[in-house]
Amino acid sequence: MEIIADRDLCIGAGLCVTSSEAVFDQDDDGIVLLLVGEPEGADADAARQAVSLCPSGALRVEE
Amino acid sequence: MTQAPPLPPLHMQRDRFDPVPELAEVREGPGIRRVQSVFGAPAWLVARHEDVREVLADASRFSNAGGLAMRMPGDTRSAEEKRRAMAGQMLAADPPDHTRLRRFLTPEFTVRRMRRLEPRIVEIVDEHLDAMERAGSPADLVPSFALPIPSLVICELLGVPYADRDEFQHRTGRQLDLSIPMDERVALQRESRAYMDRLVAGAKADPGEDVLGMLVREHGDEMTDDELAGIASLLLIAGHETTSNMLGLGTLALLRHPDQLATVRDDPESVDAAVEELMRWLSIVHTGVARTTTTEVEIAGQTIPAGELVLCALPTANRDPGFVDDPDTLDVSRGAMGHLAFGHGVHHCLGAPLARMEMRIAFPALLRRFPRLAAAVPFEEVPFRAFHFVYGLHSLPVTW
Repeated sequence: MEIIADRDLCIGAGLCVTSSEAVFDQDDDGIVLLLVGEPEGADADAARQAVSLCPSGALRVEE
Repeated sequence: MTQAPPLPPLHMQRDRFDPVPELAEVREGPGIRRVQSVFGAPAWLVARHEDVREVLADASRFSNAGGLAMRMPGDTRSAEEKRRAMAGQMLAADPPDHTRLRRFLTPEFTVRRMRRLEPRIVEIVDEHLDAMERAGSPADLVPSFALPIPSLVICELLGVPYADRDEFQHRTGRQLDLSIPMDERVALQRESRAYMDRLVAGAKADPGEDVLGMLVREHGDEMTDDELAGIASLLLIAGHETTSNMLGLGTLALLRHPDQLATVRDDPESVDAAVEELMRWLSIVHTGVARTTTTEVEIAGQTIPAGELVLCALPTANRDPGFVDDPDTLDVSRGAMGHLAFGHGVHHCLGAPLARMEMRIAFPALLRRFPRLAAAVPFEEVPFRAFHFVYGLHSLPVTW
């Protein structure tokens, strides 16, 4: 699976970072940074949760 | 004979912690119902979790900038005065305007930034617990704990003199109380606006290390003074009227569920989940800002023409059995994000990381300091505030 992060849509809510600090970070402006594009195992589950939580629709997953 | 108090509009009606059964009937039945909004204009009330998420996620078909939701009968302000008052009001803006304004603020509300604030929040909580202890039992938890902690935090973060808080709290509390006559609320809005204008002028003359100072330094040439005043006003109101009500109402909810209170008090690992569950179960923001349809839409099987108001019933959506099992039961062990108490979509609460951190620190600290904390009045006598844009308690007398 691959995680896609659209930084133009991001509103900096930070729920992705709260879901997985291994996969996501925020830059100095609070906008999402993808640390791992193709997470595996527990990281993949956490990343999926982040995609479902993302309020602005900035994250999606491609299987 | 005294007259029975008028009922608030259906979407605000609660039986203490619970949305009224009529709202669950909307959710379990048609999923949507025609209601009267606060000022009498007709609106559509959406009640299921999935449908509410869909409306909130779609800013292009469900607009916050429609203006209809902000139009209040009896509002005597001139068009120019209203235009100035709306500048910087992110809750009344759609993308790309909304995105531009929100991005000025996102650096101040990152997860990392909140962690830097944590020691100061711990200190503020401890100081208030010390003061309560010194003053002795009994106390009213609202003015001694629930209100001043978020108030001090947002005043410091934003750069508002804490000495001004009493005056400000009084104003915002009444501005958002829908039972207050419109002319008085307009007067309060004007006073509040004049205060914000002075605050912005001060920050421009001498920008500090706070959020206002940062906005002036980093974005001063990209924003009008009206936008600065609007943003400051929104943050200050949001910072006062939300977390404080969660702390008061959440404490009462835990006092009514002693086994869960003990979990929050004794198990540090339980606190994150407990905060999410309290947020879900209490859902203190009834609907947030009403959306205006920009085109003909279909939601919950109902076709709605363009230009109509849509209200999202957040408490009902958060208690949708399609979202969680046994939704009317408070169970702090199951708490997870995904509830809609902070909203959803581009208007998802900017201050959510701050609110979460304040609650994660304040609830266990209070319960550990006063392990015998108890309500000082019978449950039936605790005054819930029925007419407020944000649900909560007027007061919570406690002993320890």
